[in-house]
Amino acid sequence: MGNETASIRKEMERLSDEYKRFVGRKISFIVTSVLLIFITAGVSVTLGPYDISFIDAYSIIFQGMHDIIFRFHNIYAFIQFLDENYMVKEWVIWQQRLPPIVMGVIAGISLGIAGAEMQGILRNPLASPYTLGISSAAVFGAALAIIINLSIVRAADERFLIVVNAFFFAILSSSLIYGISKMKNATPETMILAGIAITYLFMALTQLLKYFAPAEEVKETVVWSFGALSANWSEILISFVIVLPCVPVLMLKVWDLNVMSAGDEVAKSLGVDVERTRQLCFFLSSFLTAGTVCFTGPISFIGLVSPHICRMVIGADNRFLVPASGLFGAALLIAADTVAKIVISPVIIPVGIITAFMGVPLFLYLILRRSREYW
Amino acid sequence: MVKLRIKDVEFSYGSNPVLEGVSFDVNDGEILGIIGPNGAGKSTLLRCMNRILKVRKGVIMIDGRNISDFNRIELARIMGYVPQSTHQIFPNTVFDTILMGRRPHLGWKCGEIDIKKVLETIEMLNIVDLAMRDITELSGGQQQKVFIARALAQEPEVLILDEPTSNLDIKHQLEVMNIISKIVKERGITAVMAVHDLNLASRYVDRIIMMHAGKIFAVGNPSDVLTEENIRKVYGVEAIVGEHDGRPFILPIRPADTGTHDS
Repeated sequence: MGNETASIRKEMERLSDEYKRFVGRKISFIVTSVLLIFITAGVSVTLGPYDISFIDAYSIIFQGMHDIIFRFHNIYAFIQFLDENYMVKEWVIWQQRLPPIVMGVIAGISLGIAGAEMQGILRNPLASPYTLGISSAAVFGAALAIIINLSIVRAADERFLIVVNAFFFAILSSSLIYGISKMKNATPETMILAGIAITYLFMALTQLLKYFAPAEEVKETVVWSFGALSANWSEILISFVIVLPCVPVLMLKVWDLNVMSAGDEVAKSLGVDVERTRQLCFFLSSFLTAGTVCFTGPISFIGLVSPHICRMVIGADNRFLVPASGLFGAALLIAADTVAKIVISPVIIPVGIITAFMGVPLFLYLILRRSREYW
Repeated sequence: MVKLRIKDVEFSYGSNPVLEGVSFDVNDGEILGIIGPNGAGKSTLLRCMNRILKVRKGVIMIDGRNISDFNRIELARIMGYVPQSTHQIFPNTVFDTILMGRRPHLGWKCGEIDIKKVLETIEMLNIVDLAMRDITELSGGQQQKVFIARALAQEPEVLILDEPTSNLDIKHQLEVMNIISKIVKERGITAVMAVHDLNLASRYVDRIIMMHAGKIFAVGNPSDVLTEENIRKVYGVEAIVGEHDGRPFILPIRPADTGTHDS
């Protein structure tokens, strides 16, 4: 009898250790993803038509960070200083190469987290941040600005109109989904159906605009819809401010997301307010997505691919999947952008085209290799 | 001592009435079985009892308190729910699945005590070797044990089980039923269980409620409820009722010629 309890004790201890290792592996993945971001960003900043060596690039970055913080106290003054003093290398790094990379980090994190959240709340491994219509709404907003110069604000700068419109319509489409889910119910089925309707609505409106528009403007709209990491420091700051508050709130909800994967009924029996949680996470993900899409355009696949790959490696526990998906998404996006920069250098291809290609091998792999329902 | 009191409960899906005038008590520490043909309302009744569904009329009280006065998390600390085995299952380790049962007790973070409780539950149900495996790879019987473990991790006072053995072979049926009996005794839990198999119900429950078309047809201990006449009236089946070990066992013979069993 004594022996039996002793061996059970041992087994339980072994199990406890195994679980700790299991969790440890997930944390390692997250740390590795952070490292990957630094590595890909590090490589990307040295690449471009203007030749800057590795060592130079890094010393410029560190020197610059030091100068911004201690000498100039803001980034604009710093860049103006570089400009006035003809410090070409520094200017290329700080004004041309770093902004897209930093934007890429913010966008990658946003899309990765939003993608993981959408897959969780809709219980669907093929969901993405755009499943409920945000990208088509944003494109419509951009088209409205480009083609007929219409916006909710008045401004001379077309870029500003595009950004405001894209954000406005993205949030509008999410609010419509939110409203429908309040009127009817907030089940995945209802939201997906509403999302399909919204997607087609804005697609049709955009097509209408394109049909009557001159070729130049149609092309501009189409190119915007590919998604690119062009941005300046102001836009980066605004994007950061929009995105930053969403992340901690979403992280507070990861347990509820986990429980919801067991089904709405079981989740309710475990104390989760399923409909409210679904609506809240959806709204926050929409903010994340809208806050970057308005600047970059809808970059495809990161929000779909990153959670998938992370899930294959570390499993579906959202406590780790959500942050991992964000960080890995950032690394992925910067890697894609690096390819976009160099594949036919000096011409830069919009990163959204590269990411769209990324989806192909992933899905082929899933078709050929999956032995069970993944997700 | 009455643990749960269900009074005059009514529920409909849209305009279809499913439960009408349902009233009964559940005593502290007993296993109450709910039987009845398909569509009798067993599942619906269970889901009303833990507020997955909201009753249209009537009241459900636990320890004298109306369940609608609790907030969701409070109720989840008291009532555990084991769903029917046909619901969709997504890949997750067994350990993490059971850990979900701790959700009503978690702060915003999962702590040492939660891991400890999960380990205790795994030990109690004897599923240590399954713990790190993926739940989708397990057999039906093993999955049911995991779902029971998840509900147990909630440390509930009441356990609600919806047909816990309906998709299992006879060995697993017995195993699961034995586990439920053991849990109820060892932890002093009250269990309300919808049971598909009349013989299992007869053997493992303390009292039975027989439902018919959304209403309660009979209440009592197994020998009083499981009579040939009741079975004919409710199930529309001619059966022989024998006895073994102080409990009735039912042998269905043929569908009744006349009879008002609803379908």
